[in-house]
Amino acid sequence: MSEQKPDSDHWLVRPRTIRLIWIWSIIILALLVLGDFLVHHHSYFGLDGTFGFGAWYGFISCVVLVVGSKLVGLILKRPDTYYDE
Amino acid sequence: MMSDTLLPPGLILILIGLLLPLLKDTWRSIALVLGPLLVLVSVWSLPDGNVVKASYLGYELVLVRADELSRLFATVFSLMAAAGGLYAISQSKTRELSAAFVYAGSAISVVFAGDLITVFIFWEIMAIASTIVVWSGGAGAKAAGQRYAVVHFLGGVLLMAGIAGEVATTGSIAFDVMEANSWSRWLILGGFLINAGAPPFSAWLPDAYPEASWSGTVFLSAFTTKTAVYVLMRTFPGTEILIYIGLYMVFYGIVYAILENDMRRILAYSIINQVGFMIVGIGIGSEMSLNGAAAHAFVHIIYKALLLMSAGAVLYQTGKHKCTDLGGLFRTMPITMICGTIGALAISAFPFTSGFVAKSVISQGAADAHLGFVWYLLAAASAGVFLHAGIKFPWFVFFQKDSGMRPSEPPRTMIWSMVLLSAACILIGIFPDVLYSLLPHAVDYVPYTGAHIVFQLQLLLFSGLAFFVLLPMLKRTLTITLDFDWFYRSFGKAVAKVFDAVTTTLWGSIVSFSKGIAKSAVNFILRLHGPSGVFSETWSTGVMAFWTTVLLGLHLLVYFTW
Repeated sequence: MSEQKPDSDHWLVRPRTIRLIWIWSIIILALLVLGDFLVHHHSYFGLDGTFGFGAWYGFISCVVLVVGSKLVGLILKRPDTYYDE
Repeated sequence: MMSDTLLPPGLILILIGLLLPLLKDTWRSIALVLGPLLVLVSVWSLPDGNVVKASYLGYELVLVRADELSRLFATVFSLMAAAGGLYAISQSKTRELSAAFVYAGSAISVVFAGDLITVFIFWEIMAIASTIVVWSGGAGAKAAGQRYAVVHFLGGVLLMAGIAGEVATTGSIAFDVMEANSWSRWLILGGFLINAGAPPFSAWLPDAYPEASWSGTVFLSAFTTKTAVYVLMRTFPGTEILIYIGLYMVFYGIVYAILENDMRRILAYSIINQVGFMIVGIGIGSEMSLNGAAAHAFVHIIYKALLLMSAGAVLYQTGKHKCTDLGGLFRTMPITMICGTIGALAISAFPFTSGFVAKSVISQGAADAHLGFVWYLLAAASAGVFLHAGIKFPWFVFFQKDSGMRPSEPPRTMIWSMVLLSAACILIGIFPDVLYSLLPHAVDYVPYTGAHIVFQLQLLLFSGLAFFVLLPMLKRTLTITLDFDWFYRSFGKAVAKVFDAVTTTLWGSIVSFSKGIAKSAVNFILRLHGPSGVFSETWSTGVMAFWTTVLLGLHLLVYFTW
């Protein structure tokens, strides 16, 4: 079963589908940012009123969290058999 | 002595739990699902106020005090017990289910408790019953359950000491709003916070919960931490330090979940993350943020149970729990995948799910209180929730690589419970007013504005983009991440070993030293009294007569000179 051709696998994991998912996702993301022209954000603190705030803040937060986690992992990660002996 | 013939709702569930081992087949299934629903009816038929009282050791205990807040938590606890009961019908270990119902019943009893002593009694029953639930799990459950019990009994000791101090200084056992301004109250706060999964003892939760059985973890996720949230809302709303403790928990949960490989441990860390949001809401203490914390507790119990049900279904069908072993299961477990994804969207506060209408109330509370840094951090954390639970969990379990496994869907009762909870997540998201009408304070908040939906979708979908862009950095490895429990699992052990070595050596030298002394004493006696010793020689009669004469002479001398 593991010797399947790409096309005979589930349609969702075929390279063509994945490429389409990427293209549509990027279109949706772009439209979402443009959505800021349609709505009026009530700004409480300043930065939160900037254009596409949710988009760039969400993206940067995740990058910071992932990189930060990797740094924590450098110090605190152990093999999962650590407590077994 | 009860002053009333009414049976407290929590006690009904405890009794059903204790009767479970006597029931078989259909009756057992009926009790598992209808029992908690009966409790729900009883919760909603309680009038407001102190309904059931009892006197104990000279104190007037209030076993049932009903109001909006207690009814809200008791409602979701009963619903959760029913959904968990339905899910767990295939669980053959009745001991686990029996303990789970006693556990849920005592959580409901804490929620209705009107005084600190009643809180304490059911608090401890919860600790015992939940430990039995953990122990009903797999191979690692015994040791993890012991560690779990030790931490909770430590929390119980703090709570008991605090209550004793409170009684000694104020003479009151009132379970109401108090200011953290004395030692006894700090102890009570500390006891509550340990159950909430607050630092430094957060590790008890991700350590123990994933060791329980596929159904046990579902029950465990609901009651302990949310009961802690409830008691904190009762006693310490607006206590500023809770904002910082909550923020720490929010990010602790995200960072550890990002690094984690075990699917149920990812969700366990995410419980601490979610409870962190609630603790922040309690710390802010305004009506808006308290409403947010209560609403968030309600919806979180439902979607976290749903997530753990889908993880439990995968574990039940495959026996695997590590992301490195899983993947590609969407092919043969589509219903489980869809339900798990709905739970993942709900926890991420996606628009039109329950998380959206609840979590945003807490953020609004922070904005209204002009707490800019809290608002920004909560927004960053919302992005992080989508990263670690919203995408990471379904992606690594149901998609990523093809693990080659083709498990079928779980038994029908498990599917039904997941479908029902998925429906609840969506219905609460579409009709938030049903939830808002149950909250302790009047709600002046509209979740669905164009700006809010666009903001939230941007935040979440760009977090999703970040996830797939950073996917190489998120590759799963066969690792765990050290936590505070290292101090009592490794460091404590090492200290004990050193202590053991030192005492053994010390004892050894004491023994050999004493042996040496004893030996020389024996040798000394042997030298005098031994076969060749001076005292064991045979003496001649003349010598004997001489010494007798000397003694008699001395006696006479003493007699006359005295």
